[in-house]
Amino acid sequence: MTITSAGAPAIRAKDIGVSFSGVSVLRNVTLDILAGEIHGLVGENGAGKSTLGKVLGGYYSASQGELEVFGEKATGWDPHTALAHGVAIMHQELQLVPALTVAQNVFLGIEDHRWGVLRSTEADRLENLMRSSGFSLDPHAVVADLPIADQQKIEILRALARDARVIVMDEPTSSLSKGEVDQLHDAMRKLRAEGRSVVYVSHFLDDILAVTDRITVLRDGEQVATFKTGETEKTDLISAMLGSGKTETPYPPKAVPVRREIVLEAKGIRSAEGAQGASLSIARGEIVGLIGLVGSGRSEIARAIIGADAAVDGEVILEGAPYATRSLAASTDRGLVMVPEDRRKQGLIMTMPVRANMSLPHLKRFSRNGVVNGKAESKRAAELIDHFAVRPAILDGDVSNYSGGNQQKVLIGKWLMENPKIVVLDEPSRGVDVGARQRIHEAICELATSGTAILLISSEIDEVLGLAHRAYLVDSGRIVAEIDPDENDEASVLAALFHYQGAGKMEQPHV
Amino acid sequence: MSRHTILRFLQSYAVLIMIAVLMVALGFLSDSFFTLRNLINILNQNAPLAIMASAMTLVIIAGGFDLSVGSIFAMGAVSSAWLALNVDPYFGLLMAPVIGLALGTVNGVVITTLKVHSFLATIATSLIFKGIAIVLSDGKLIPVRMDEFTWLGRGKIGEVFIAVWVMIAFAAILTFALNKTVFGRKVYSVGGNEEAAILSGIRTNRIKIATFALAGLAAGLASAIAVSRISMGQASAGTGMELQAIAAVILGGTSIYGGVGAVWRSIAGVLLLALINNGFNILNADPFYRDLTTGLVILAAIGISAGGRK
Repeated sequence: MTITSAGAPAIRAKDIGVSFSGVSVLRNVTLDILAGEIHGLVGENGAGKSTLGKVLGGYYSASQGELEVFGEKATGWDPHTALAHGVAIMHQELQLVPALTVAQNVFLGIEDHRWGVLRSTEADRLENLMRSSGFSLDPHAVVADLPIADQQKIEILRALARDARVIVMDEPTSSLSKGEVDQLHDAMRKLRAEGRSVVYVSHFLDDILAVTDRITVLRDGEQVATFKTGETEKTDLISAMLGSGKTETPYPPKAVPVRREIVLEAKGIRSAEGAQGASLSIARGEIVGLIGLVGSGRSEIARAIIGADAAVDGEVILEGAPYATRSLAASTDRGLVMVPEDRRKQGLIMTMPVRANMSLPHLKRFSRNGVVNGKAESKRAAELIDHFAVRPAILDGDVSNYSGGNQQKVLIGKWLMENPKIVVLDEPSRGVDVGARQRIHEAICELATSGTAILLISSEIDEVLGLAHRAYLVDSGRIVAEIDPDENDEASVLAALFHYQGAGKMEQPHV
Repeated sequence: MSRHTILRFLQSYAVLIMIAVLMVALGFLSDSFFTLRNLINILNQNAPLAIMASAMTLVIIAGGFDLSVGSIFAMGAVSSAWLALNVDPYFGLLMAPVIGLALGTVNGVVITTLKVHSFLATIATSLIFKGIAIVLSDGKLIPVRMDEFTWLGRGKIGEVFIAVWVMIAFAAILTFALNKTVFGRKVYSVGGNEEAAILSGIRTNRIKIATFALAGLAAGLASAIAVSRISMGQASAGTGMELQAIAAVILGGTSIYGGVGAVWRSIAGVLLLALINNGFNILNADPFYRDLTTGLVILAAIGISAGGRK
């Protein structure tokens, strides 16, 4: 086992850029990952930190620039080659085989065999590996039975079994408790002590500050700065993440709601999926934002209110009357709808034309004795296509061939077909082009002006501040604060979120 | 037309093109092919399979598979013959589709409550249904030689067999249901994207149960026609028909992944398979080559529709 002396670069990235179908997501990134270093990658959602991690690990290929790994130019860089050169990646979703044991997973693909017949040396090999690395796990335990922290150790052991000298960890702590995070940090320090490097991708700034040697901040696909951790404060990172002088499309002016007539109130909503006692209220004509970090339970709170997930506790009051047994069909009937965040998986049916997609939740209205009234349906669908400027503007267009922005317009149109009173919009402008984004923003404001109550969920803080009249901050499935969007900027909101994030984490039970 | 549109056209209508080619070829090779009698016979012989394939289309569009329709056919055959002998011939004919509907509903309920893949569930229920049919018939043939029983399979209205009229009516009703009704929309949505369908407030389990119930009903109806025609009920009836029905559906171009398809496609699939058989008969070709040819034609059709798709 040869380990490069500490301080020499393990990976040198020069001018790395990545584009997905013509859209540039990472530009001109130049950085060194030193041997024996824990290097943090931080940035807002969509800043490109995970993308960069995946480029280093060979999962994405860079469309420009070059990588040099241990002094050798990396060519044909894919996960297999990366591993052969000592670079391993630990994904956010762990890539283990749940039904196999710890030892079988660690040596998956590099089993000890003679003529294809396995030799039962795995447990011994694992014992050796664990002794030298300081991790301890039961080699015969089945992976599915282990907590996530242990599963991550298996991933690390797996990388070590292949003599990985650089391990990229993509958001490894997102489902860990505080105690488990500490364990993982200890593991990273052990790797560093052996002269190995860790690339630590995370949106938990405290975690990054606790363990790294250097931190690279990314914003909108560009490298902002690389800090030495010892000389850096959290506020430095936040201001680097946000930058100054944003060039955003302007938001439409906010119309003040006419009357403060509460149409939806939720009290102490809990669900098995992640709502932990959330309470909120929305008035007619009001746009209310939900802001939280990834995994904070924003969508889960909305899903429990609307009846997409079963709530185990709490109550919903809809237009002054309790709404107890909630279902999606009943909510749609009562004018309470939710535009889901993932248009491909949860929103549209790609095998169905535009018109049929739009009317799907409203077939009761557009039918008589079970037979669809094609005329009424077409008329309303055409209005919506026109209203949102969907292109191509074809009633029976093949939605699977539409651009992301136009698919999103169809999806929002689908849920506005019956003029709902309350609309939950979950990431309404995710992955859409500038034009569609602007049209969607205008439509949201028009809806509010016409008296519709809107709950706006977005991981773009900027978007919520630009559109909402009021906003709630969400952490660990609860509402932790209410803010006035006009008196806050992205930096203060982000600082508040990181503040509550620490607090929420401490309260989580140690698994 | 660009090359791309031609390719798309070929893919969409592969089954019709192959039928046309086969018909022209058979017309040249044999004088007896393009006679009204031969054509009506083809339809008549394949009416039961076409009925089953029509309903199987809905199951597959909704993302399922039904391997038990052959056994439901056997149950229908045995019970209608037994009821015709011991109760009343008309009652026997009526009860075959009713029993089919009940068994199909059982399939649907088992699949949705146990949350198992329909492929597995219907292999199991297939054995159970077949087993019951064997026990009920005591493994024996049940001959029913009564005009009140055989009219359905042998009678004609005008020049055309009643069985063909039944098939046309059944396929037309299912086509209407798929294209014009709320139920049809829901069937497509369940197979196209179940999660999105659930979030649209659709009770997807009910839709799945309904498609299996219809497949059962169709198998029962088909068995009534077939038993009435040969005036004999037996537990080995319908063996292998589930695979023929599925082959016809896929051959017609209905997506095996669900969400896309049409009833006429499955009827066309049945016809294509039937024409190959018919060709062997009227040309007096060596029947040893029949399976080989059928397999090659299926492979060709699948190849055309998959060609160019990535």
